[in-house]
Amino acid sequence: MSKNNEFVKFDNVDKSYDGKILVVKGLQLDIAEGEFVTMLGPSGSGKTTCLMMLAGFETPTHGEIYLDGNPISNIPPHKRGIGMVFQNYALFPHMTVYENLAFPLRVRKIPKDEADKKIDKALSMVSLQGFEARMPMQLSGGQQQRVAVARSLVFDPQVVLMDEPLGALDKNLRESMQYEIKHIHESIGVTVVYVTHDQTEALTMSSRIAVFNDGKVQQLSSPDELYERPVNSFVAEFIGENNTFDGTVSDITGDTCKVKLINGTEILAKPISVKSKGEKTTVSLRPERALINPEDKMDNNYKGKIKEVIYHGDHTRVRINLLENDQFILKIPNSTSNLDIKLGNDINVGWNIKDSRALDPK
Amino acid sequence: MSTEQILSSDGIPLEISLKKAERKNKIKAMLLVAPLFLFILITYLMPIGDMLFRSIDDRMITSKLPNTFAALAKWDGKELPDEATYEAFYKDFYPLAIAKESGKLYQRLNYEKSGFSSGLKKTNRKIKKFEKGNYKEQFMATHKIWNNVEYWVALKNTAPKWSYAKYLKGVDLKLDPDRNIVQMPENRKIYKTLWLRTLKVAFFVTIFCFILSYPIAHLLATLPMKYSNLLMICVLLPFWTSLLVRTSSWMVLLQQQGPINDLIVMLGLTADNARPELMYNVVGTFVAMTQILLPFMVLPLYSVMKTISPSLMRAGKSLGGTPFVAFRKIYFPLTVPGIGAGSLLVFILAVGYYITPALVGGASGSLISNTIAYHMKSSLDWAFASALGAMLLTGVLVIYWLYNKLVGIDNIKLG
Repeated sequence: MSKNNEFVKFDNVDKSYDGKILVVKGLQLDIAEGEFVTMLGPSGSGKTTCLMMLAGFETPTHGEIYLDGNPISNIPPHKRGIGMVFQNYALFPHMTVYENLAFPLRVRKIPKDEADKKIDKALSMVSLQGFEARMPMQLSGGQQQRVAVARSLVFDPQVVLMDEPLGALDKNLRESMQYEIKHIHESIGVTVVYVTHDQTEALTMSSRIAVFNDGKVQQLSSPDELYERPVNSFVAEFIGENNTFDGTVSDITGDTCKVKLINGTEILAKPISVKSKGEKTTVSLRPERALINPEDKMDNNYKGKIKEVIYHGDHTRVRINLLENDQFILKIPNSTSNLDIKLGNDINVGWNIKDSRALDPK
Repeated sequence: MSTEQILSSDGIPLEISLKKAERKNKIKAMLLVAPLFLFILITYLMPIGDMLFRSIDDRMITSKLPNTFAALAKWDGKELPDEATYEAFYKDFYPLAIAKESGKLYQRLNYEKSGFSSGLKKTNRKIKKFEKGNYKEQFMATHKIWNNVEYWVALKNTAPKWSYAKYLKGVDLKLDPDRNIVQMPENRKIYKTLWLRTLKVAFFVTIFCFILSYPIAHLLATLPMKYSNLLMICVLLPFWTSLLVRTSSWMVLLQQQGPINDLIVMLGLTADNARPELMYNVVGTFVAMTQILLPFMVLPLYSVMKTISPSLMRAGKSLGGTPFVAFRKIYFPLTVPGIGAGSLLVFILAVGYYITPALVGGASGSLISNTIAYHMKSSLDWAFASALGAMLLTGVLVIYWLYNKLVGIDNIKLG
């Protein structure tokens, strides 16, 4: 069976609610069959709107959405065969767990014994066998969430949409549910489109992540790619922690450029979205890529003063003033215990060109 | 399980020290509710008790004619009673006639059998000139009721202190001279029709209210705030307007030369000289009561619909249910508590409705409460009015009980 790389396709989709502001602008997005794609972005970035258009609860103002090659804009939600998990689970409170799961099967007129088998399978997938007769109100948040997942899968949909399904759970439960959903996805190979504003969740679960901002996909790539090689400063800022230096490109040759900071220092960086001399830029550097007192020679080496030390258990966060940026963060693993990390001390910090990326100016 | 007593730190059993600690709070709480409790006791529970009591109380006549009833106790009821009984009646009635206290007696006995009133009135006038001895003849000469054994039987039947005859009358039954329960004669059966009409009106008003309220309540619960507030005011404005004003407005609208009839004629539905009667019949009662009771259905429905998350309908649709199936299987069942609360409220209010049917109902649209009012104010048969009231109260309680059995009262949601 060959995989369809354009199983779900947003083709130049615009969406406006009031005729004044475009919530989604010219969205172009292909999702392959069996993929787990997360739409990640701050609230108001248009990600939920995209999900609702795919589910059929909103219609695109312009453009078309294709499901397995067929345009679906004119198909009502109940004929799309798309499973959905809602933010607040949306379990039917007057039905038992069994009846909740049986609902999509009954409306499809699936015979009872076959339906029972499917329900049993779906419940075992989320390890909730024996809960058939319970009412949703008698279940904990995590259990309700599992029932919602089971219900969205029980009728073997082509695509399952999940709209911030873990938002209401506490931290530990959320983490274990992340793995559980990921494993379910791996075991049945259904296409999942997942919406969240929690970047850890997105990084943990997805095969690819689409970062939304301002109605547009800023970057669509795998989690590691997204973290290691953000293509613009929004993505760099939004995913993970980030140290930045604002400046102007003073020299550019191939894979290296010199960026002149406001205080006159020139640092070396890798040009990503800058092309010529004189352009404004923001250099982005992950905290864990900057080393203190480096033994090897590094491309950039500067001295900074420690402003704040916060103990985090497995690592220590150190805020230093480096090159007149007093928000420069370092993460130091706790094994290096003999280092002289004390408030007010000066330390050497170094990093390589490939880790400091010259992106578009903020 | 062990029943070992747990002691608090000062050695007193825990249960006792807990009670002690809570007693003060309990007393405070009771003092707070005491004014309301007294108010309800005095203005609500005691009048209802008095009403129930009055409906079976028949002591007035028993106390006024003690000698007569004592004499009649031995009478077999086949032939006219003997001289001693007439004498006993003379002994009872003469002081009443002198003291001018016999009026209540006419009324009470006339309920028992018509003819008593005129007979007693005449006797009242003549009894003062009665000579001693031979009372039987003198009575028989005064008025023909004293020759009639049926009147004596009727009189004897009023002897017990307590009577349920008013309740029988309320359902078109009566006691025959031999104290068997029999049907009223066909031409005097009016209460069964009245009860049925009251139930019918209440039932259909509830249905109409439900049909009209459901979409409005849904709109109220789903529209954006600025529109739903406006709509809410439209629903509540009539609710805040005086009942009398609203009913009178309906009288203006529904009268034969009124705007609604004008419209019907203008649309050519009827000729100008054949305008339909929209008022002083059951149609007027239906229309006005439905409008007036509408908010009592809208508000409980609204408060329940407000709590139903819109994502439930979406979930239903995304799982493959057509909008209709999603409505029928998901939305509608979730609104049942609101429907129950609204229907119960409207039905119970409608069953006892008074002003509106009195003003726009006419003869064919008047309900049981209008009859109760008639017996309170015009016929002055308070005992019967009380009996009808008690029957209405029982009926409402039975409906409430049935509802609790079928739907469960904890399924009701008023907000």
